[in-house]
Amino acid sequence: MKLFDRFFSGMRGGVHPEGRKDLSAARGIRAVPLPQKLFVPLQQHIGAPAIPVVNVGDRVLKGQLIAAAQGNVSAPVHAPSSGTIVALGDHVAPHPSGLPVPTFTIECDGQDEWVELQACDDPFALESEDISARVSAAGIVGLGGATFPSALKLNLSRGVQTLIINGGECEPYLTCDDRIMRERATAIVEGISLIALAVAAKEVIVGIEDNKPEAIDAMRSAARASSMKVVAMPSMYPMGSEKQIIQVLTGQEIPAGGRPADIGVLVHNVATAFAVHQAIRFGRPLISRIVTVSGGAIKSPSNVEALVGTPVQELIDFAGGFSQAASRMVLGGPMMGQHITNADIPVVKGSSGILALTADEIGHDEASPCIRCSTCVRACPVGLLPLEMAAHIRGSDLSGAVDLGLKDCIACGSCSYVCPAHIPLVHYFNYAKGDLAAQERSKLKQEATKKLAEARSDRIARIERERAEMMAKRKAAREAKERAAKEAAAKAAEEAV
Amino acid sequence: MNPIAHSPHAHAPSSIGKVMLTVMLALAPATVFGFWLYGWPAINLWAVSLIAAILGEAFVIRIQKRAVKPVLMDGSGILAAWLLALSLPPYAPWWIAVLGSLFAVIVGKQIFGGLGQNVFNPAMAARVMLLISFPLEMTTWGLPSTLTSANGLNLIEGLKVTFLSQPVDGMASASLLGHVKTEFTRGIGLDQALVGYFAPMDALSGLRTGSLGETAALLILLGGLFLIARRIITWHAPVAMLLGVAVPALIFSAIDGNHYAGPMVHLLSGGVMLGAFFIITDPVTSPNTALGQFIFGLGCGLLTWVIRTWGGYPEGVAFAVLLMNAATPLIDQYVKPRIYGRDRNGVALPAKKGA
Repeated sequence: MKLFDRFFSGMRGGVHPEGRKDLSAARGIRAVPLPQKLFVPLQQHIGAPAIPVVNVGDRVLKGQLIAAAQGNVSAPVHAPSSGTIVALGDHVAPHPSGLPVPTFTIECDGQDEWVELQACDDPFALESEDISARVSAAGIVGLGGATFPSALKLNLSRGVQTLIINGGECEPYLTCDDRIMRERATAIVEGISLIALAVAAKEVIVGIEDNKPEAIDAMRSAARASSMKVVAMPSMYPMGSEKQIIQVLTGQEIPAGGRPADIGVLVHNVATAFAVHQAIRFGRPLISRIVTVSGGAIKSPSNVEALVGTPVQELIDFAGGFSQAASRMVLGGPMMGQHITNADIPVVKGSSGILALTADEIGHDEASPCIRCSTCVRACPVGLLPLEMAAHIRGSDLSGAVDLGLKDCIACGSCSYVCPAHIPLVHYFNYAKGDLAAQERSKLKQEATKKLAEARSDRIARIERERAEMMAKRKAAREAKERAAKEAAAKAAEEAV
Repeated sequence: MNPIAHSPHAHAPSSIGKVMLTVMLALAPATVFGFWLYGWPAINLWAVSLIAAILGEAFVIRIQKRAVKPVLMDGSGILAAWLLALSLPPYAPWWIAVLGSLFAVIVGKQIFGGLGQNVFNPAMAARVMLLISFPLEMTTWGLPSTLTSANGLNLIEGLKVTFLSQPVDGMASASLLGHVKTEFTRGIGLDQALVGYFAPMDALSGLRTGSLGETAALLILLGGLFLIARRIITWHAPVAMLLGVAVPALIFSAIDGNHYAGPMVHLLSGGVMLGAFFIITDPVTSPNTALGQFIFGLGCGLLTWVIRTWGGYPEGVAFAVLLMNAATPLIDQYVKPRIYGRDRNGVALPAKKGA
């Protein structure tokens, strides 16, 4: 039975892209020098954008709240350094569209002067709610790339069985989590313990891919005094995906359409655990992160600590600039990252990597016909039939693609990566998901319009009816009055006679 | 402004052309052995098949007003003609090869919409067409006349065989399966029919009468294992097909050994080995999933055995493959992988609250 379990509890599918982590893995984290200007978007997380609480012209201190969370699913934004707010307006966003988003521009004064921080000497005496409140106030979001507000996850996961800390970092090139684990293991372990305390987790597992032996050693020795387990996982993409890491470490699957909490699991990234430690122990909000600057076109690939809002160009310059013309710039990892066309975009909370790739590294080729080789079927970690889904989408049969499991697709890119015909499968899937979302929205809009129209005709009918009733009433009153007057006149006449 | 590229921004170093080249490389040993075994006529026939396929495909692509070069460069037409050539009698006349190749790439593939769209395996469709239309030419076998032997045919004689239908010594020789079938009609059982016709070692090495490239079981197996190692194919379909042939053969030969040939005879004769490793592993016409491919292979094997045993034709691989090709969409409809977080019926797994 145990053998059976071992055989079936691993991840299904998956691919082995060339790691290319050696470019930057040996480079220690260095801080990017303070830029002259920081561009801090109001939305760096999933959910509603934050609402500005300072005005243009105000002087702000490092760590000062400049935009507050709006509603339940949101995160506040803090000033990454001290200086003056010189603008609040549109600035090019780290988004494939390249469209601008509302952004604070802070002119740094070079003092890097901290706001007064609320440190905590004995964080383990805090109440569970207090920890989430502090995490929420610090603007911490999932740093693995999903940027979901962390405090919300803590609140939704209280009482889980297992806390999984994701040190998978399965994306090629990226070494930011590797380096933070090697260099800041003690702080990460304390952060993990605080998260475990906040959700009262019964067991804690730290999963790290076995291509990072130094990080595993560092985390093991830092975690020696605690009960958390540091597990070496096989190196395979997409090991660091939430669904897959849960499957590999616990043998369980998140029910379709559900959340990890549905099976008693909470997953946080190692860098998030570090941010939690900083927030609780020192009161420091999330204003910087570790970013890997790498790729074949970067002169000296590096791991850097950059303030949120630092333009990407500054990071590239800090890494020695380009050694050759980059064929493509990517924000994030090569498997799921975004193609960016503008180096003015700022580093945001979710930026794990900046890659300048050469044409050789990308290996792009024109798509040829699908030969149904089903390499994509074998690569899919979810158990989908990418070739069939793509065929349905190409034929504009989106509901057919949904029936095949389109909504279960995690867009990891494994299928596109292995496809010998170079068919952009994930592109098809994301296009279809976008189209479905648009359809859904227009349906909702139609329903809302219909409802409004119905309400309007009801209202008009009611007004008509009320007016008619009123008229009738008035008429009746008038007639009664006339009748009374007539009777009175008749009576008077009678009396007069 | 350059267009936005969608992730992933990395790609495995593979392409359709490379896949096809690898398959051709895997076919090379058995092909070269066939050349040696049957001499120049075999080489001629192979070359004629390939040339006809290339020209025929180029022609239909031209009438479709599409770019010819990328279609030819994917190598799928050449591969189909190659596989067809291997399944032909080595001393068959040139027009058999030309007709077969044209049928394979034009009717078998391009009419369906080109690469990836055809329902039936082009090489097998062509083979069946030839077998039904030209039964005489398709079942006239010759004794091997090796390239290096003293009585081997030289290039000129070889050209005469292929292009002028000049008969070869021992032309009347029959393949093992054909011989057995004929002997059955004369009321002669296997115990006598196989004498002098089935030598397992010769069948393994390929020193026997048969199609151009189907006889060298070991070399075909080698090519198949190479493809499995290179992850071009998986073991499911080939193993299932071999089982599909061997298991009923084993059971029935145990019941009546004089009437039903044993598993070794079946596995090492005709097109079973080539079929198992190179024909039914054609991705276009086989199912998507590992289980589907296993079912598909098992069906191919069983049908082959049934046709050989009870059917009118001595060999059944091509028919079996076409029949199972037709069943492929059905298999794909019912055999699908289980999706993460769902059960086999696609229903979401239950949540375990407070687990």
